[in-house]
Amino acid sequence: MTNTRLALSAAFAALLAAGPAMAELVIPNLSYRTGPYAPGGIPYADGFNDYFTLLNERDGGIGGERVRTIECETAYNTEKGVECYEATKGEGSLVYNPLSTGITYQLIPRATADGIPLYTPGYGRTSAANGKVFEWVFNYPANYWDAASVAIRYLLDENGGSLAGKRIALVYHNSAYGKEPIRTLQELATKHGYEFVEIAVDHPGQEQKSQWLQIRQQRPDYVLMWGWGVMNAVAIQEAANIRYPMENFIGVWWSGSENDVLPAGDGANGYKSLAMHGSGMDYPVYAALKQHVYDKGLASGDGDQIGSVLYSRGMYAALVIAEAIRKAQAIAGTAQITPAQMRDGLEQLEITEARMAELGLPDFGQSFAASCADHGGPGMGRIQQWDAAARRWNLITPFIAPDMDVLGPLIEADSMAFATENKIALRCQ
Amino acid sequence: MPDQILFALEVTLNGLMAGVLYSLVALGFVLIFKASGIFNFAQGVMALFAALTLVGFQTGQVPFAHLVNVLFGTHVEHFGWTMPTLAAIAATMAVMVVMALLVERLVLKGLINQAPIILFMATIGLAYFLEGFGDIMWGADIKRLEVGLPQGLSETIDAATFAWFGYGFFIDRLDIVAALVAAALVVSLTLFSQYTRHGRALRAVADDHQAALSVGISLRAIWVLVWSIAGFVALVAGVMWGTKLGVQFSLSLIALKALPVLMLGGFTSIPGAIIGGLIVGVGEKLFEFAVGPLVGGATENWFAYMLALVFLLFRPQGLFGERIIERV
Repeated sequence: MTNTRLALSAAFAALLAAGPAMAELVIPNLSYRTGPYAPGGIPYADGFNDYFTLLNERDGGIGGERVRTIECETAYNTEKGVECYEATKGEGSLVYNPLSTGITYQLIPRATADGIPLYTPGYGRTSAANGKVFEWVFNYPANYWDAASVAIRYLLDENGGSLAGKRIALVYHNSAYGKEPIRTLQELATKHGYEFVEIAVDHPGQEQKSQWLQIRQQRPDYVLMWGWGVMNAVAIQEAANIRYPMENFIGVWWSGSENDVLPAGDGANGYKSLAMHGSGMDYPVYAALKQHVYDKGLASGDGDQIGSVLYSRGMYAALVIAEAIRKAQAIAGTAQITPAQMRDGLEQLEITEARMAELGLPDFGQSFAASCADHGGPGMGRIQQWDAAARRWNLITPFIAPDMDVLGPLIEADSMAFATENKIALRCQ
Repeated sequence: MPDQILFALEVTLNGLMAGVLYSLVALGFVLIFKASGIFNFAQGVMALFAALTLVGFQTGQVPFAHLVNVLFGTHVEHFGWTMPTLAAIAATMAVMVVMALLVERLVLKGLINQAPIILFMATIGLAYFLEGFGDIMWGADIKRLEVGLPQGLSETIDAATFAWFGYGFFIDRLDIVAALVAAALVVSLTLFSQYTRHGRALRAVADDHQAALSVGISLRAIWVLVWSIAGFVALVAGVMWGTKLGVQFSLSLIALKALPVLMLGGFTSIPGAIIGGLIVGVGEKLFEFAVGPLVGGATENWFAYMLALVFLLFRPQGLFGERIIERV
């Protein structure tokens, strides 16, 4: 009897252990559908899930293997994010996209030790763009410092190539995320001769009267914003209240979703933000999504976020991961890849405009090719402007390249300091 | 007049206005604490829930739409009609009264004579439940709340101050409305508690539960009443803050702004909530204006608590709170 029980237990344990190795590609989705940042987390998670559902339903997965997304709620809380990572890494997870700079910072040493790649498009640790130091982290196509530089390049274009004598204020979330662009903007201020004013807003940013009175009193020529969640909507409302010219107010791409502008109504008209991809439903991929996902009732969440900026961003992140899986499968010669092979796929990934068009997203994102040393991509960004009457974002510039003469040395210095501190041997020599 | 003095004056006025908005939240805490000795952790979430419900009624949103759609395979989101603002406010108030009844029946009834910390823990549970319930009922997306309140720069004050000082002060019209509403609320609450039968019963319960029971006042009825009034105050706070921020789940965090106000003004005083709010509002804004730039800014959150702690050193019961001495 005891032997039978033992045999049964062993068989059950073997079955459980075999679970993660089953033929499927496991992609965790560290999302936040609850708490104060849920309005940003929900559309991103929906877009991320829906794209993989499309691949499963239309193509039978990637390379014949179905994708299994595991959603884990972080509530944008760093501790919960780490718990989610620990709870899901044993499932055979191929790559993590935690949608939080705080969680990313905590996961970098863990994921590096565990040999699981992190993909943090448009957020996370900027200097992870240096693949010589950060073997397991990828943040292409653009990062925070790129965003700061693109904003300044746009303002240079608007001002005939000179910002000398101008005053530019940065309203930022008083967190690791919000402080990311400060050093870049300081360096660029030295180069271009503008006065740089830093204005911090405490989490969550519901009350910003002091900050906007300061802006009213100091009258900066331009205001840049690094916000997230309710801070964005309040800042835009306060800017409208003090009648700050909206066309001179530019947010980073995390301050440029419908959630940020709709609460201010007509007051938000003309507000600008950076964009690292297009949005809206004027892309062929939506016909496929409608046929294979939405009409079958398989849409993630309520299905009411489709086409929004953050839905598009989640979908874009899923698309890049899917393309990296294809690349990894091609390199490894097998459809059932490991996290290490996934890393190889991410490192050798190339996405061209022709490929984006083939995937149903022409003129949506920038082309890029990763390499051993370059995990950051070209870092380009566009400017989009809110049309309150039409309730839509309009892209008003082509992709603008960042100033790598300034950013290159900053990334090098920061990543090398990390390498020295953590005794990391440089790769790609 | 030097620019810096004018700026400081403008900041002070805006601090007063911000303080009123904090007071609106603090009032709900005071009402419940005064009548039942419960520190209602759920007050911020009640404001969120009230605002969500108001927008839901106004826009004809189907409650629990996601759940209904999942269970029955339907695609319903809206009823196809909208409700006038006043009717929506009345309907929301009815929901808040039902909520008060349910809180009394399902939460408080079983906890009579329990230690205050138990009741406090129950309100923490209530806060989390209500937040999740609001999410399931109305969805987590950001909603625009429009009840016809004015917003933005007050031209009159701008023009008048410009004529006097050569610099126009910024005062948000929504803040002016909030100040008037808060004043009306305090006056009506005072009149209610002083001159109505139920108000006197409420005060009797607040003074001594046992004595009130002995003269035939129903403790449970009073609890329903006071939670209903707190629901009304939450609705007012939800309307003001929801108009300002949009109705979104971070609205529940406005409770964090009320805590230093309560510590400063006292947990049992309605005027204390107002005065505490004004002191916190002005204090944090002036500190941010004068000291913020020297220390990297973003001082408001911690300064409010520091200010409250300093007051506590000298008046542990707050400015207007009752001094509670317990023999051990």
